[in-house]
Amino acid sequence: RAIDEDRKIKYRAAVKIQSWFRGCRVRAYLRHLNEMVILIQKWWRGYRCRKHFRKMVETAYFIMKMNFYNEMAVRIQKRWRGYYVRKYIHNYYALKKYLQAVSVNNAFVRSELQEYVETKENEEKMKDLEKKEKEKKYQARKMHYLLSTEQIAGIYNSPFRKSPDPMELLLRNSKPLTHRRKQVKSPFAYELYDWPTCKKPPAFVTALPLTPVGRQKPQGPFRDTTEVLWQRYKPLEPTLRVAESINSPLEKAREGIKREEWRNPIHGNEFLPFSSYHKNENEKYEPSLCKSGRYVQEAYGTKHFREVYPKKWIADK
Amino acid sequence: NSGVVSLLRPLLLDVVPSVRQTAALGLGRLADYNVDLAEAVVKAGILPQLVHSLPEENRYYKKTAAFVLRAIAKHSPELAQAVVQCGALEALVICLEDFDPGVKEGASWAFDYIARHNPELSQAVVDAGAVPLLVLCIQEPEIALKRIAASTLSDISKHSPELAQTVVDAGAIAHLAQMIPNPDAKLKRQVLSALSQIAKHSVDLAELVVEAEIFPVVLTCLKDSDEYVKKNGATLIREIAKHSPELSQLIVNSGGVAAVIDCIGSCRGTVRLPGIMMLGYVAAHSENLSMAVIVSKGIPPLCACLIEEHEDHIKAAAAWALGQIGRHTAEHARHIAGANVLPTLLDIYVDANSSEDLKMKASIFSAKKALKNILQKCTHLPALEPLLHDAPPSIMKHIIGQFSKVLPHDSKARRLFVTTGGLKKVQEIKAEPGSLLQEYINAINNCYPEEIVR
Repeated sequence: RAIDEDRKIKYRAAVKIQSWFRGCRVRAYLRHLNEMVILIQKWWRGYRCRKHFRKMVETAYFIMKMNFYNEMAVRIQKRWRGYYVRKYIHNYYALKKYLQAVSVNNAFVRSELQEYVETKENEEKMKDLEKKEKEKKYQARKMHYLLSTEQIAGIYNSPFRKSPDPMELLLRNSKPLTHRRKQVKSPFAYELYDWPTCKKPPAFVTALPLTPVGRQKPQGPFRDTTEVLWQRYKPLEPTLRVAESINSPLEKAREGIKREEWRNPIHGNEFLPFSSYHKNENEKYEPSLCKSGRYVQEAYGTKHFREVYPKKWIADK
Repeated sequence: NSGVVSLLRPLLLDVVPSVRQTAALGLGRLADYNVDLAEAVVKAGILPQLVHSLPEENRYYKKTAAFVLRAIAKHSPELAQAVVQCGALEALVICLEDFDPGVKEGASWAFDYIARHNPELSQAVVDAGAVPLLVLCIQEPEIALKRIAASTLSDISKHSPELAQTVVDAGAIAHLAQMIPNPDAKLKRQVLSALSQIAKHSVDLAELVVEAEIFPVVLTCLKDSDEYVKKNGATLIREIAKHSPELSQLIVNSGGVAAVIDCIGSCRGTVRLPGIMMLGYVAAHSENLSMAVIVSKGIPPLCACLIEEHEDHIKAAAAWALGQIGRHTAEHARHIAGANVLPTLLDIYVDANSSEDLKMKASIFSAKKALKNILQKCTHLPALEPLLHDAPPSIMKHIIGQFSKVLPHDSKARRLFVTTGGLKKVQEIKAEPGSLLQEYINAINNCYPEEIVR
């Protein structure tokens, strides 16, 4: 039994030792595995992170480059925009030149307008002067009788003056004025009648002619004297056609036109009957009798005009 | 009143033509004199008779009948409507086609008075086909006929853009433009007024008028001896300038601004008004144009207008024009300030402000707006100084605002400000805490060390 117990104890001890050893071995194995795993994972993570890092570096580099480019672009655009705006949109110098040009143009326009005003004023002055001159001359003509004679010195030629007044000279030069007799206008004139040649309106008899007072009415079947006189002395009232004179300007004008038309006709035969008239049946050429021979057209007149006999020529001989 | 009209009425039907004519002449003169007589003539039913017999009569009768129609139509729109309703327009068109220039003149004068009152009557005149005939009348050699035809076209086109377009379509612009150099003053008045009525409605019509090559010629009209020719010429240029910057540019390039400025300088009274408004419109479009106005020496005449004129609307227009010139940039405001006109504007604003009934006046309103606009851009401090002393609070706010913007940056200006007593004045102003004015005052006070402020 002690051996049994010993055996059991040794058995248990062996089992313990073996289990411990196995455990150790397994633990060592597991540890080894763990370490391997850690190693692998370490390497794997390192690899992955390095890859990632490279990517990050690349992006950072890229971003840096882009920033740089952006900044450079900003500088360029800044310069360009400043240039462009200053040159084209808010061009200071162009504006200055423009304003100068405007003021130059304005000065020019002002001077032109001033000239225009001055010429107009001159014209008006001239007109005024001419009017005054005309007035003076008219006055001189009217007062021609104030001219001085040999004996009597006129108003404008006082003996105490050294030389006669300019009015005196005007008087000497002017023709005496005759007053035209004023034409009496009839009350109906030209208002209602505007025939071109008729100078007076047709005079209607306005009042019956007066009979001598106190005349006895003759006995018998006589008509009333006033009526008879009125009929007898009715003024002539020619019709319009008669009233127009033979040499009326209208007639003359018409004659002139008629003559012109007769002289310059465009068509010989103005009133041709139908459009087919001019076609061949009617417009054949008819040669004149003088030129056609007995049965045929002669060459004389179309091909040759004068007969030529070189044999009879003297000059060559 | 004594039944004259009913006595004259049967005479219109008399056998003898001269009786008819004289009766018509008498009726015309009666109607011309007084509105009531014209109404009596209309009520007596004379118009249909007159119109009916018109086509067969001789030219003297036509002239007199046209005179009667125009005498009636001139008084009021209702009478003109009555004239139109009895079929006068067709008869007048027949008169316009007549050969005698006197008849044409009478007919177009009648059309003028009818078309003057309102757009419907003008439309009726246009519908009767008068416009092409009027354009033909303008080309006739008689000056009186041209005058009346131009005045009729002007009255027709003034009401609406469509009517103006009708007049333009009949080819009126070319003929009107050809007549501008004509020496007769009354004709020029009418022609210029016709062109300005056409041009005022829209950009296209204004461009059409400009294309008729009026430009250097119109400037000679601004130097004419007749006041109304100058006024109408300035009106025409104003109507063209107000539509768009390109048109104003065209006017500036052809030297129009200089001519208008001289014109303003040489006239007095209402004749100046269109010229002033024209400068305002040109300056309003863009800052380059307003600089061009300044360079053409535009500011002194405007200041003279502001000071000399007594009429309210002219002052208002001058103030408005100055405001338009000065509101673009500091440069412009400096030029205006340099002309010493800001105190005048302030005076207008202040002294009209004191009396209650004048408060609604246009000149105050425009003076205030002009001041505000100019002050907002004005950085020229010596010009602002005198205004500090007597400005009312609403203006003071702007002045102090400008000071507070400029003073922090400019040391010389600060020194000047103190020596001229401006700082003292600023201290005397009492403002509510927290208001804009107080902020400005604080900003100014911050520029200076404490001892000076106290």
